[in-house]
Amino acid sequence: MIFFDLIVGGLSIGACYALVALAMVIIYKTSEVPNFAQGEMAMISTFVAFSLIETYHVGFWTTFGLTLLFALFLGIVLELAFLRPAKDPSVLSLIVITLGAEMILYGLAGWKWGAKQNPFPVPFSEFSGITPGGVMITEINLWTFVTSLVMMVLLFVFFRFTKLGTAMKAVQQNAFAAKAMGIPTRRILTFTWGLSSVTGAVAGLLIAPLATLDPNMMLDPMLKGFASAVLGGMTSLPGAAVGGYMLGLIENFFGGYVSLEFKSVVAFGVIVLILCIKPSGLFVRHFERKV
Amino acid sequence: MDMKRDYYEDIQLIRTKTVLVGTILLLGALVAVPFLVGGYTLYVISLIAIHAVVAIGLNILVGYTGQISLGHAGFFAIGAYTCVLLMVKAGVPFIVALPAAGFVSAGFGFLVGLPSLRLEGPYLAIATLGFGMAVTQIISHWDFSGGHMGLEAPKMTIGPFVADTGEERYAVIMAVTVVLTVAAVNLMKTRVGRAFVAIRDSEIAAAAMGISVSWFKTLSFAVSAFYTGIAGALMAFALEHISAGTFNLILSITFLAMVIVGGLGSIAGSILGAALLTYLQVKLGVIQEWPVLGPALVDVSKWFFSVEGLPNIQSIVFGAIMISIAIFEPLGMNGIYLRMKRYWKGWPF
Repeated sequence: MIFFDLIVGGLSIGACYALVALAMVIIYKTSEVPNFAQGEMAMISTFVAFSLIETYHVGFWTTFGLTLLFALFLGIVLELAFLRPAKDPSVLSLIVITLGAEMILYGLAGWKWGAKQNPFPVPFSEFSGITPGGVMITEINLWTFVTSLVMMVLLFVFFRFTKLGTAMKAVQQNAFAAKAMGIPTRRILTFTWGLSSVTGAVAGLLIAPLATLDPNMMLDPMLKGFASAVLGGMTSLPGAAVGGYMLGLIENFFGGYVSLEFKSVVAFGVIVLILCIKPSGLFVRHFERKV
Repeated sequence: MDMKRDYYEDIQLIRTKTVLVGTILLLGALVAVPFLVGGYTLYVISLIAIHAVVAIGLNILVGYTGQISLGHAGFFAIGAYTCVLLMVKAGVPFIVALPAAGFVSAGFGFLVGLPSLRLEGPYLAIATLGFGMAVTQIISHWDFSGGHMGLEAPKMTIGPFVADTGEERYAVIMAVTVVLTVAAVNLMKTRVGRAFVAIRDSEIAAAAMGISVSWFKTLSFAVSAFYTGIAGALMAFALEHISAGTFNLILSITFLAMVIVGGLGSIAGSILGAALLTYLQVKLGVIQEWPVLGPALVDVSKWFFSVEGLPNIQSIVFGAIMISIAIFEPLGMNGIYLRMKRYWKGWPF
């Protein structure tokens, strides 16, 4: 039975990785920045949710909505403040800017909330749930599955059927042509950061009850999410989602059957192996650079 | 006139009399420092020297060869643990253990460099980052390396000389730093250094010129790791105690920040960046003791933030510096220096 328990646990944490990976891919596709601040953006949003619940006693669902609004705002502000002023930046300076943003957000959270570990309250039980065929699926696991799936479907609908989503896809494919067609590419880029931030915040809200809330909370999930995105190929949304679930499963199986201590190392070992065989991830064709 | 007539003039280490006088003055100052200041200041200067070695090593990789690494804390840890373990468990003398730490680290650098042949940009970032994380995890779970408790560093002993006080430790650290700095400056004037720069500027053109891209890329990783490993070993002695928790991602980012702030592709810039950020790190850690700003910040913290989290202001300042450098001055402090130099050369025109 441990096999199925490991599957449930793996899929549950994998769903969180998948959402972080999606958030990173959304930004990477439009602006070619691997956003290292993604985890801290989600962490700040989660802390805002925590403050709303604990200090101001706002209901859980209202908090959920308000947090997503805050995340949207945060993403937009970060893009306007840090990314837009950079004129003609190289990949390295973009990476440095997102790393700098990460340090700033990390410092702010540490200053405001301290290094204290806070339990994140959710109206779902960690101990009871449904047991189809003797496999325990707790309420909190169920909530993670359903929320992440809903988020993914919403993202799919957004990119497939809305005007803004189509415009984003156009900018991703060819920014220059999109501009010629009258799409305000810079504004679209700003919205991309907002959307990515919201996706990341959902991941943060799902991870917080599984772990404890402190400024280091998102460090590990962010790296795993990044790894999942790389596994899927960094430019493929379905690839990122599948990569996240795969990574969650691999990690959990390794932890269950081989060694719990080295559980978080195995993820990176797998990534390096896969990148050696397929340098652009599993779901993207590798392009050789030409002269 | 700044004109070079043959190859040997181009590769000269000390080009003009001004540079010669400057170098002698600098070396004299470095010798005089332990007689002028003592205690904590000397410790901070030792830290700056160690960080300068890391920054030079990382600059060889990032600034000269154009690769990226977010895993240098891993090499730093490997150097520190190799040196201490060799001395404690195998009884190897310091004079052998220090280079050994560098070479073990370089070996790992070579291994990490291998996947880099096929990876670039974010893919390389995640691969190196994964390496750094893996090293920390393995060290902290491995009983042989002391686990979470860490290890006590033994005393630095060179023959009959035991570096026990801060001044003696400073002497050893600064000597190693000067040697490695001169070695780096020289390396960049050789065939190897020019190959690194060629790969950074255009990989395809470099390959077309007959440079073995794969060999020099892995070599660059190895050299960079060698420097970082030596610095890690020195750090173990400066701190007298090492534990796995200190070699985290934030440390890797701080190293990268030193290189970026100092200036990509500049040895002097690396030293400046290391000095500035190390100084800030030390000063911002005790920001509440600053004359006017300190009490004001404590008041602000009481109202809006938390007082015990005040040292986190260090991350905020580092992040802000990184972002402003990337946006406004991509060449870092070295770029500012070059602009000032050009301005004064042509002054008053």
